[in-house]
Amino acid sequence: MAMLEFQNVSYQYPSEDFDIIDRLSFSVEPGSFHCIIGVSGCGKSTIFRMTNGLLKPKGGTILVGGEPIDGRKSYCGYMPQKDLLFPWRTVGENVALPLEIRGGRSRAERRDRAEAALADVGLAGCADKMPHELSGGMRQRAAFARTMLTGSDLLLLDEPFSALDFLTRISMQEWLLQQWQKHRKTILFITHDVEEALFLSQSVLVVERTPIHELSDVPVPAAFPRDRSCLKERSLVELKEHLIDLLRKQVAP
Amino acid sequence: MKTACKANLPAMIFLFALLVLWQAGAMGLDAAYILPSPTQILAKLWELREILFTVHLPATMLVTAIGLAISLVLGLALAVVMDGSDLIRKMVYPIVVVSQTIPTTAIAPLFVLWFGYGIWSKVLVTVLITFFPITITVYDGLRSAKTEMAELLETYGASKRDIFLKIKVPCALPYFFSAVKMAVPMSIIGAAIGEWLGAKSGLGYFSRRMMTQLDGAGVFAPIVLLSAAAILAVAVVNLLERKFVRWRGES
Repeated sequence: MAMLEFQNVSYQYPSEDFDIIDRLSFSVEPGSFHCIIGVSGCGKSTIFRMTNGLLKPKGGTILVGGEPIDGRKSYCGYMPQKDLLFPWRTVGENVALPLEIRGGRSRAERRDRAEAALADVGLAGCADKMPHELSGGMRQRAAFARTMLTGSDLLLLDEPFSALDFLTRISMQEWLLQQWQKHRKTILFITHDVEEALFLSQSVLVVERTPIHELSDVPVPAAFPRDRSCLKERSLVELKEHLIDLLRKQVAP
Repeated sequence: MKTACKANLPAMIFLFALLVLWQAGAMGLDAAYILPSPTQILAKLWELREILFTVHLPATMLVTAIGLAISLVLGLALAVVMDGSDLIRKMVYPIVVVSQTIPTTAIAPLFVLWFGYGIWSKVLVTVLITFFPITITVYDGLRSAKTEMAELLETYGASKRDIFLKIKVPCALPYFFSAVKMAVPMSIIGAAIGEWLGAKSGLGYFSRRMMTQLDGAGVFAPIVLLSAAAILAVAVVNLLERKFVRWRGES
C-alpha cells in the first residue's frame, strides 16, 4: 500500500485560467525518500499544499496511508521553507506546538516530549532558549523536531534548507539523511537545487512541464548510507547534467 | 538604570537650561499673573498641596481611569470583531475614523448639557479621545500576524480559536502596549479638557478657576501635576511591557 497517492488530482488557482495541476497521478512508497524538483513557480509547492489540506483539489482524490484525506487532521508533518519558530515562545514551547494543538497531554508531558525531540536533533538543553538565540541551522533542526512531533509517518519538507549558507546546508543534508535512516519516515522534499536532490533521494521526481500532468521518476544510482563523494561519480555527474538540461529547457532565456 | 540616566543626560541638561532661561525671563518681566517663574509655580504647588493632592488629583485620576478602562474594553472589542469579520470592519472602520474628525473640545459642552457637571461628561470626552488609537493600533497588531504561521498551525489541525490565542494575541501584544502608552497621556488630557468645560472638581477645573483669579502660578501648578501623573503612568506601563513582551523588535 502506498504512503501517499494522487489519483487524477487537479487544481486551479482562482486568478489563473488553466489547471496548474492537471489530472496528476503518482504514488510514494512507505519509508522512501524522494525529492521533487522543478523550476520556480511550476506548482510543486501546490502539490504539498493540497496534500496537507491547505488547498482543496478541484478534482481527484488524495490518499494518505490508503485513506482519503478529506476531513482528516494531522496525518502529515509539514515543514515550510521558513522555520516559523514563534519569537514569543521558547524553543521548547515551539517544538511542543503540535502536541498542544492536539491536546490531551499535560504541560509536563509535553515538555518531556519536546525535550526528547530536541535532544534527538542534537539540540539537548536548548528548550528554554528563545529562537533568536539559535543559529540558522539550529533553528531548522528545531523546526524539524517540531515536525517530528506531529507524529505522522509522512513528512513534507518544502525547501527547508534553501535559506541556509552553503556549508550549513550540506551538513544539514547529511544530518537529514541520518534522521531518515533512524526514524524510517516517508519523506518528500521540495528543492530546486539539483545537487541537493541527487544527494538526498532514492529517486528524484521531476516536474518537466507546467501544468503538471506527471512527475518523471528518475532513480539515483547510489546506495545508502551516502556521503558527498558519491556526487563525484561519473553516473551521478551525468545524471546531474541531464536534470539541469531538463530544467533549463523550461526557463525562458 | 545607570545607562538610562546617562542616555537622558543631554535632555536633562537642556531642560535645566530652559528652566533657568524661563526663570530669568520671568524675573525680568516681573508679572506673575502672565508669566510665573518655575520657582513660583513650585512654591504654589507646595502651598496648595493639600487641596490639590486630596481633592483635585484624585478626581482627575478617577475620570482618567474610568475613561481609559472603557476605551480599552471598547477598543479591544472593536479591534477583535473588525479582525474577525470583513463585513463588520467595512461597517465600523470608516465610522471610527470619522469620529476622530469631531473637534472634541467644541462638542464637549454638549456633553455637559447631556450628562451634567458630574463625572460622566468628562469620561465621555476621555473615551472619545482615546478609543481611536487603541482600536486602530490593536487592530493593526492582530493583522500583523503572519498567515504562514496560521497555516502551519492549521496543518496541525488547529481551530480558529487556537490561531487567535496562539498567534494573534501574542502578535498584537506589543501593539497593545504601544496603544496604552499613547492613550494614557491622551486620557489625562481628555479628562482635563472635560474639567475645563465644566466640573466641580479636578485639576482642569482648578486650573481654570485660578485663571479667573489671574493667578498665573495657580494655573501652572495643576498642569505640572498633570504632566507628572502622565509621566509616572507611562513609566508603569513601560515596566509592565518589559515584563510581558520579551521579544519586541525581533522578526
